[in-house]
Amino acid sequence: MAIQPEPEARRSVIHDIGYRKYDGIRLGEAYTWRTLYELGVKHCYGIGRAARFKVLPMMLLTIMMIPALVIVGVQVIVSDVAAQVLPYSRYSIIMQLIISVFVAVQAPALISRDLRYRLLTLYLARPLRLDTYVYARLAALATGLFILTGLPLLVLYVGTLLSGSSPASETTDLLGALGGAAILSIVLASIAAVVSATTTRRGFAIAAIITTLIVSYTVVATIQGIADERGNTEVAGYAGMFSPFTLVDGIQVSLFNTEASTPAGPPGTVGGLIFIAFAILIVLVCVGVLLWRYRKVAGR
Amino acid sequence: MIATRELTKNFSHVVALDSLTIDVGAGVTGLVGANGAGKSTLIKILLGLLPATSGSASVLDLQVGRQDTEIRSRVGYMPEHDCLPPDVSATELIVHLARISGLPPDAARERSADILRHVGLAEERYRPIGGYSTGMRQRVKLAQAIVHDPELVFLDEPTNGLDPLGRDDMLALIRRIGTEFGIAALVTSHLLGELERISDNIVVVDAGRLLRASSTAEFTQMTGVLTVEVQDPSGGPNPRDRLGKALAGRGLQVVQDGSVLRIEIEDESTYDSVRDLVAELGMGLVRLEQTRHRIEDIFIADANAQGVPDGDPA
Repeated sequence: MAIQPEPEARRSVIHDIGYRKYDGIRLGEAYTWRTLYELGVKHCYGIGRAARFKVLPMMLLTIMMIPALVIVGVQVIVSDVAAQVLPYSRYSIIMQLIISVFVAVQAPALISRDLRYRLLTLYLARPLRLDTYVYARLAALATGLFILTGLPLLVLYVGTLLSGSSPASETTDLLGALGGAAILSIVLASIAAVVSATTTRRGFAIAAIITTLIVSYTVVATIQGIADERGNTEVAGYAGMFSPFTLVDGIQVSLFNTEASTPAGPPGTVGGLIFIAFAILIVLVCVGVLLWRYRKVAGR
Repeated sequence: MIATRELTKNFSHVVALDSLTIDVGAGVTGLVGANGAGKSTLIKILLGLLPATSGSASVLDLQVGRQDTEIRSRVGYMPEHDCLPPDVSATELIVHLARISGLPPDAARERSADILRHVGLAEERYRPIGGYSTGMRQRVKLAQAIVHDPELVFLDEPTNGLDPLGRDDMLALIRRIGTEFGIAALVTSHLLGELERISDNIVVVDAGRLLRASSTAEFTQMTGVLTVEVQDPSGGPNPRDRLGKALAGRGLQVVQDGSVLRIEIEDESTYDSVRDLVAELGMGLVRLEQTRHRIEDIFIADANAQGVPDGDPA
């Protein structure tokens, strides 16, 4: 006997199909790394999370863009501004307060959170190795910072080209500045990640990161100012190593031939090499401390 | 499923595992021990989260310490402590963790929905975990442990913090995982009674050492104790003692316990002896009850036999 079931009624039936085994593919560590990394970058800007997580990072990103947009506006309207008002390479050091706040807020959100809620245990009980976890988190934070520092440079570049500057020299300058922004992002992310990994208290981590960045810059700027006034350019130059922003500015000077944004850049080629080596050392030490710290936490 | 050989773990001041040698097969295995007996330490070593001091272990025929990544892709783990971030929903968290276990995005979403339904989380799974009750949190923790369809799952104190009703639900769920889902489970608890109900096998550890390992049926076998209470209708003095003496005369082990006698059951003839003697003495039988050994009794008996003091060894 043929029964003609009503399509509407049919659709509303719920079948209890019981437990189903999974015999599909299981992807490897590269996929896990990417999953963790992509989510980390999105979380840096609160994407895919509740609105309250978007407010601060989006606000900071907007503030970062304002000088670039204003400069571009002026350049387009008053098209005879021949000289570049603000070199690309100087953008980060001028906007360092915004960058510092961003990394101070987002690094604990990304790093301390897993420790605080002990989510790390659930990650490490999966086929993901500890190193992979640490690198994915670090890379996500650095990428988030690179978006913050790089995006205004692109706006500035496009605006400058629109106002009729020669593309060749602008492109070289831009690429150098983007290189500097990338190095700055990696250095800042490493330092902030270490501070965040030592505490489960978000407020403490935020305060510690801001203090570290601002105090180090203030001390460096003061020493540089005094030394420069007394004509001791070598001391002024080397002092720049001890704050992330001036360190990266010095590296830009020696790698990309930009103009120093501090009273004195790194002294000569040797100085430049020392700056580069010091930045690499900072990152390596930070990664080492992170791995050591996580190995200790993992067994708990 | 799991085999350990002389597995030892020393922390700076404490021996957490002391030459532990156990074998765990398929089905649900209860790992029983007081707090600090080394249960969680054992699981962490098996997952490769903690290095063992000495000895060896294998999980699913893979070597712990050498094939940890592969082990972790085929097992699940529900930790004892709280491990859920409050600011995401259960669905978001489970999908994400399924992907970290290697499931492609579509499969991760599909299986998360399936598993959350199986553990009994309905509409609330879209709300942030921060607002969940303890029972719901435990379900989320269980869901993340089985979302990637592991062959074996470690459940560390899954009934912790649950009210009696939630406890029963959780135990029923674990039983289903072992039978219907076909996932072997190693379940720890400091409460012996609850594991008795759901486990195929029981392993008892104390102070990092193996006390006993056997099937649950063997633990609670029928050869138990017969509780007898009698009265004398003719008003004779002390019927309990007279029967006790007569039973002892037949070579049975008799213990007085208040108004009743407890008689070790040796075989079927024990019942006959009791019946015959009661009739012979002209007494009335008020109560005749067979009590099964419970895991508690054996645990205490074993502990006493090995000179381990009762109570918390930690």
